[in-house]
Amino acid sequence: MSILVLADLHEGQLAGATAHVVAAAKAIGGDIDVLVAGEGVQAAAAAAAKLDGVSKVRVADNAVYAHQLAEPMGALLVELADGYTHVLASASTTGKNVLPRLAALKDVSQLSDVLGVESADTFLRPIYAGNAIATVKSDDTLKVITIRTTGFDAVSDGGSATIEAVDTVVENSQSSFVKEELAASDRPELGGAKVVISGGRGMGNGENFKLLDGIADKLGAAIGASRAAVDAGFVPNDMQVGQTGKIVAPELYIAVGISGAIQHLAGMKDSKVIVAINKDDEAPIFQVADYGLVGDLFEILPELESKL
Amino acid sequence: MKILVAVKRVIDYNVKIRVKADHSDVDLTNVKMAMNPFCEIAVEEAVRLKEKGVATEVVAVTVGPKAAQEQLRTALALGADRAIHIETDERAESLAVAKLLAKVVEEEQPGLVVLGKQAIDTDNNQTGQMLAALTGLPQGTFASEVAVDGDKVNVTREIDGGLQTIALTLPAIVTTDLRLNEPRYAKLPDIMKAKKKPLDVKTPADYGVEVASKVSLVKVESPAERKGGVKVASVDELIDKLKNEAKVL
Repeated sequence: MSILVLADLHEGQLAGATAHVVAAAKAIGGDIDVLVAGEGVQAAAAAAAKLDGVSKVRVADNAVYAHQLAEPMGALLVELADGYTHVLASASTTGKNVLPRLAALKDVSQLSDVLGVESADTFLRPIYAGNAIATVKSDDTLKVITIRTTGFDAVSDGGSATIEAVDTVVENSQSSFVKEELAASDRPELGGAKVVISGGRGMGNGENFKLLDGIADKLGAAIGASRAAVDAGFVPNDMQVGQTGKIVAPELYIAVGISGAIQHLAGMKDSKVIVAINKDDEAPIFQVADYGLVGDLFEILPELESKL
Repeated sequence: MKILVAVKRVIDYNVKIRVKADHSDVDLTNVKMAMNPFCEIAVEEAVRLKEKGVATEVVAVTVGPKAAQEQLRTALALGADRAIHIETDERAESLAVAKLLAKVVEEEQPGLVVLGKQAIDTDNNQTGQMLAALTGLPQGTFASEVAVDGDKVNVTREIDGGLQTIALTLPAIVTTDLRLNEPRYAKLPDIMKAKKKPLDVKTPADYGVEVASKVSLVKVESPAERKGGVKVASVDELIDKLKNEAKVL
């Protein structure tokens, strides 16, 4: 078997997600190549070459791949996929944007959000917001898969793969990049943080999310939110944890003013330790929390910050 | 400009699902069904574009069993002008649906196709992207803003870490994210009127598309249940437990 992993980039650098996808590739078994595609991505390629288990890094460094737009990325993958049995990417907004295109153009199905590998053709994936886990078997000759990174522990550095340039350049006259507004933050990325503290509708408004800042600073935590808080306009959608947002599985997850709707639980219930702070002692979040504290978050948060 | 909007009949998002005792699938017997929430947002966006004068006609399409006509009637009540039902009792996966929709796109020649970014049953998040690939049209997925400007559309996308705006040539495929709009509720007179709007029924065979997929469902299981823990009485006790019992601080 031979597997091609599409590397995830974050502002031109290799994103942490890629080490998890390589781990999934190792679970499948076989030769593992990593494709780094973008503009000015030599550093990302060097980082990918260090990932344990990778034999070759293929680098497509060209302006047409800048920002990893779906159309050129899909076309590039179609060119490169021949000879591989599996093409993997993380279930990030890039992986989800690009991989279905490759699958459709190769006339094969795509498996989304795979969180377990049973064999080279049989995989586990969540359905119905993670309320059921499906075991699916693919008889397609090429398996195109997005990986839920929380399902696989990242591989370490220590490899020394060869790096090879890909000369394939595709045309793209249909889509163009206009702008990007990325949240500027010194905090860890939500998907990879060891500690996550999230606020829900109980926070009352966006201003009150500042109450989470001090605690997040002390714990080195990322800040998340429930869909209810996003829908209410308190915070932007990229902070959303849940079925339709980010899936996280940190060491410690602190849910503040979050009732615990199914859709939110789907995004965080694999966290190692869950703490819930809520004034309603009947809130469903307490059914999944290891430690629950019933009370007024506006009193608890400042106290917690001062005592940490 | 004509807009094609695709909708899917799924389990109502409020329903707590059960896995069948024989683990063959999720039990959908006597379960409340509804239009997929992201599809509601897609219908709303199409109708708003018509209200703004950008679109002249909104055509709703679905692939599914006979009962899926309920969701098409809902789309018609919300403002779609006519509907196409591609009827099949088979489990139609994203690729088959995308192939069928590609045929409808070929026939209808819409200027814009709007779909939900994912359905809340299989959580695949694939159909729009596959449709774009098959039709050779550009895609703007996970949209939080759609602005049609002449022969282009600017789509603002919800990406990891923030927002990205891209410009696409028309015709184009757009998939909706949560914040794109807040869907309206259908009014009773509109629900009555919707019953008289045209609804064409077709089959996958009419389009020459094979629905069967090479992916088979081996089994479905409930996820490992997470047990609730303890309630603590104070912040001090919480910090103590996190430090000494859970050892995460």
